Amino acid sequence: MDGCRACAEVCPADAIRIVGGAESKESTRGNEGGRPKKSRMQIDLGRCLFCDECRAACPADALACGGDYRLATRTREDLLLGAEGPRLAVALEDKTRRLFGRSLKLRVVSAGGCNACEADTNVLTTIGWDIGRFGIQYVAAPRHADGLLITGPVTTNMRLALRKTYDAVPSPKLVIAVGACAISGGLYREQPEQMGGAGAEVPVDLYIPGCPPHPLTILDGFLRLLGRIGGVRETAGSGSCEP
Amino acid sequence: MSGRRLVHTENAEVLPVGDVPVVPVVTFRETVIDSVRDGARLVAFFGRPQEDRRLLVFAVLAMPDAGPLGVLAMAVDGRYPALTGACPQAHLFERELAEQWGVVPEGHPWLKPMRFHRSWQPGRDAWGRDPEQDPRPGVTDFYSVEGEEIHEVAVGPVHAGVIEPGHFRFQCHGEVVLHLEIALGYQHRGIERALVGGPDKRTMPFMETAAGDTSIGHATAYCQAREALAHSTVPPRAMALRGVALELERIANHVGDLGALAGDVGFLPTASYCGRIRGDVLNLSALLCGSRFGRGFIRPGGVGYDVTAGMIAELQDRLAEAARDAAEAIGLMWDTPSVTERFEDTGTVSRETCMEIGLVGPAARACGVDRDVRQDAPFGIYRFTHIPTVTWDTGDVFGRAHVREIEILRSVAFIQEQLTNLPRGGTLAAVAPPAPESLVVSLVEGWRGEICHAVLTDGAGRFARYKIVDPSFHNWFGLALAMRGEPISDFPLCNKSFNLSYCGHDL
Repeated sequence: MDGCRACAEVCPADAIRIVGGAESKESTRGNEGGRPKKSRMQIDLGRCLFCDECRAACPADALACGGDYRLATRTREDLLLGAEGPRLAVALEDKTRRLFGRSLKLRVVSAGGCNACEADTNVLTTIGWDIGRFGIQYVAAPRHADGLLITGPVTTNMRLALRKTYDAVPSPKLVIAVGACAISGGLYREQPEQMGGAGAEVPVDLYIPGCPPHPLTILDGFLRLLGRIGGVRETAGSGSCEP
Repeated sequence: MSGRRLVHTENAEVLPVGDVPVVPVVTFRETVIDSVRDGARLVAFFGRPQEDRRLLVFAVLAMPDAGPLGVLAMAVDGRYPALTGACPQAHLFERELAEQWGVVPEGHPWLKPMRFHRSWQPGRDAWGRDPEQDPRPGVTDFYSVEGEEIHEVAVGPVHAGVIEPGHFRFQCHGEVVLHLEIALGYQHRGIERALVGGPDKRTMPFMETAAGDTSIGHATAYCQAREALAHSTVPPRAMALRGVALELERIANHVGDLGALAGDVGFLPTASYCGRIRGDVLNLSALLCGSRFGRGFIRPGGVGYDVTAGMIAELQDRLAEAARDAAEAIGLMWDTPSVTERFEDTGTVSRETCMEIGLVGPAARACGVDRDVRQDAPFGIYRFTHIPTVTWDTGDVFGRAHVREIEILRSVAFIQEQLTNLPRGGTLAAVAPPAPESLVVSLVEGWRGEICHAVLTDGAGRFARYKIVDPSFHNWFGLALAMRGEPISDFPLCNKSFNLSYCGHDL
C-alpha cells in the first residue's frame, strides 16, 4: 500500500503524516540495498481527535484504536507516534517533586475549550475519582496555585487573561495542557481567532492528549508527573487493541 | 395579516433560496415585530453579503401554537432602523449582525460588540474601529447605576471553578443586585466563518465541539440539515438510535446540573451521588461509540456505530440502575427543607418576561411555557414517538430543577421503549451532495433547549452561510433578569440553574 494517503487525507486535524516512500528523497537516505525505503506513518497525538476516521478510511485495515488510556507526555515531540506508542511522562526532577509531590494545587483556565475537556477535568473531583486523596486540588485563585491546567486552543480573546493568570501564580510553577486544542490548537489550529495552544503563550510541563482525554488519562498524567506511578521511561502499549 | 409576507417551511425542510421573499426594510420590520407581538418567536436572524455589498438579512420565526416556521429577508445597505426597541428578542441578534457585517441597526438601545472580533466585511465596521487592531474583549460600555450606596462587582473572565470564561458586572445596592450585565466573547473560535465553503472533513468535528457538552445535539442539527439538502433519508434504526443518544445527553447533563445545584447550597449527599451518576450515564454514550460525549456517533445519513443485542441489554440494565440511583439522590434533596427553602422564590423569571425575551428549553418550561422542539416541530424519531413536555409554573430555581428532574424520567422511559422496539436494518445511508441555492432550517431540542442551524448553499452546493443558534444565545439574558433584586450571593445558584454554554454562545 505504498503511496496510499487515505488516512492522512480524511484526518480533520491533519494529525497524520506519511514520511518517506518511493518518490521521496528521504527514502534513499541511508539505504544501502538500493531499494526504496517504505513510507512510514506518523501520528501526532497532540492533534489527534481520536475520531476513528483514519481507521475507517484505511483500505488495508492497518490501523486500530488502542485501549491504553496512558497517553500523557512531558514533551511535545513525545506525542509524535511512529511504530511505538507515546513515551509516557516521567516525573518532575527531584527538587520540584519534593515541592509538589504530595500537594499540587492547580488553577484551571479554559481558553476556548468546548466544555468537554473542562467536564472531564472537573469529574476528577467527584467521589468516583477523588483526586483529593492524591493531594491534588483545583483552587479558586492563581495565588493559591502551584500551576495552571489549561484547556482550549487559547483564543486571542483569552490571551491576556491567561497571561495575567499565569503571572499571578507564584514560582516555581507548572503548566499542564489538557486536550488537543490546548496542546496544538487541535481542530482549531488554523483559525486566526486562536494561538495554537497553551505552548504559544506559556511553557508547558505536561501534555495530556485527547478530544477530550478520558478522566483516567488525565489522572494518569498527574500521577506520572508527581512520580506517584511510573518511573523509568515507559512507552504506552501501541499493540493493545479493543473494539 | 403579516403572515402572507413570510414563506412557510418546516423543521429540516429544504427551500429554494429564491422562494424567500425579499421585502422592503419597512415591511420586514413590521412583519417581524407584529408576528412576535402576536406570539411568534425569533428563532434565527442572520446576514449573508451579496455581490452589490448590500447585506441580505434573514429572519426565521417560529409561528405560535406549534405552527410552521416563517422566513423572510430584507436587503440592508449599511444602516437600517433597529427592531430591538419594539422586539427585545432581536437584541443580541442585531448586535451580532452589526459585529459580523458592519451594518448599523439605528436606534438599537444597547449596540455594542458581543464577541469582540473584527468585522467580517472588509472596510465596514459598525463602530468605526481600526481594522488592523483586534478588539479588546470586555472593553466596552457597561450599564451602570449611580448613587453613594451603589457598588459594582466585576467577576471573570477567569472564574473560581472549573468553568468557561465570561465577564459578569453586577450593580449592587448592599447585597441586592439591581442589574447584571454579562459580557462574553472570550471563547470565540470563529466556527461560523470556518464552516463557509463546506461541507468538508472538519465540518463534523466543528459541530461536535461547537458546544462540547452538546455534541449530540449540534451534530444532529447539522446532520438533519445536511440530509435535507441532499434529499436523503435516515434508516429507521439510526433514527431511533439518534433519539437514544440525544436523550442520554439530556439525562447526563440534567443529573449533573441537579447535583451541582445541590452542591451550590452546600447539600453534599445529592451533589456527590449525582456527580457519580452523571458519569455512569456518560459511560452509556461511551458504550454506544467509545466517547463519553457521543463524538463520532451521529453521522450524515445515520449513525456511525450499530448496537448489538448484547449492548442493548447492557444499556437497558445500566440505564435502569442509573435512573433508580438518580431518583433516590434527587429525592434526598427534596426531603431537606434547607434545600427547598433556598431553591424556592430564588431567581424568578415571570412567564411574561419569558415570552418577551424568547427563552427556550427547561428555562422556558419552568416559567410555564409549553415550548419544546420535540413537540412543536418534531424531528427524526420524535415524529413517531411522542415524549411528553414537562412544565412547571414558578419560574424560579426550583422550577428549573424540577423540570429537569421530571425530564430525566421521561427520557429514561423513552430510551427504554426505543431500545425495546429498535427497528431492524441498516444504520447509515448514503448522502448525496447538498442542493445548490437552498435554505434549510434545522431544529433540535438539546438539553439546554432549542438548537437552530440555518444553512444557505451557493450555486455549487457549498455552504455560503452557516448560522448556529445555541439555546444559550437566547437564555443568557434570562439569567441577567433572574438576578434582579436577588442577593449577589445567590448568583452561583441562579447561574447553575440555567447552566448556559459560553462557547456555544461565542462560537
